[in-house]
Amino acid sequence: MSQNSVIKSEVQVDVKFFASLREQVGTAELQISASNLEALLNALRAHLSEPGFELLLSPNIRLAVNQDLVEGNWREASLVFASGDEVAFLPPVTGG
Amino acid sequence: MGQHIQIQQHDFSVDEIYTAMRQEYGSEVGAVASFVGLVRDRNAAAGDGGDVQTLTLEHYPGMTEKSIQKILDHAEERWPLLAIHVVHRVGTMAPSEQIVLVMVASAHRDAAFAGAQYVMDCLKTEAVFWKNEQSDLGQGWVESTHADKIRAKQWDN
Repeated sequence: MSQNSVIKSEVQVDVKFFASLREQVGTAELQISASNLEALLNALRAHLSEPGFELLLSPNIRLAVNQDLVEGNWREASLVFASGDEVAFLPPVTGG
Repeated sequence: MGQHIQIQQHDFSVDEIYTAMRQEYGSEVGAVASFVGLVRDRNAAAGDGGDVQTLTLEHYPGMTEKSIQKILDHAEERWPLLAIHVVHRVGTMAPSEQIVLVMVASAHRDAAFAGAQYVMDCLKTEAVFWKNEQSDLGQGWVESTHADKIRAKQWDN
């Protein structure tokens, strides 16, 4: 298999940022090639500014995959992604 | 149980929703409790900052509805409720405008009161919305409060 076909088969996830996080990171949405959480975080570290990336790891930030919250500490979860998965970083909610 | 969830930019009429609920659920209903949240003019984001001129609510279409659905499912498990209607506005609002409605119908008042309070407490901490306040001094994201978390946590037992 050529290097080229490996790249083409990579998993593309749709990464979303909301509210204060969207402003601080500077974008609402990114397309990232990553088949698991570790790869995603590595890619985001490369894409975002250092303070922006550090914010994603703050204790009060929650992660949702395909609009379901990851229970417990998502940073320690072994998440595997499929192409088209929607991964969202959510600051603390303030509705009501 | 009837669940109605509306996320919308425009205002809502409590009267219309109340009338529709009474018509739909008829004489089984012995109690309806409702809560309406309004936009305050006091600035929360900047503490002693200027008066709030407008409040903007952001949401996550799809996930927001799912997060409210979960709250209503839990309320239904805990109390004998006949109907719950939640309206939550998004977009930009001025002080004294309505933001949120929780209306709960049951056979008896205890379940209606408790159900409405539970849903409202959980909307504060679990429903996927974010508030941004605009004042003379600029704009700022409202921070979640510890008091709200404690209120919601009380229902765990």
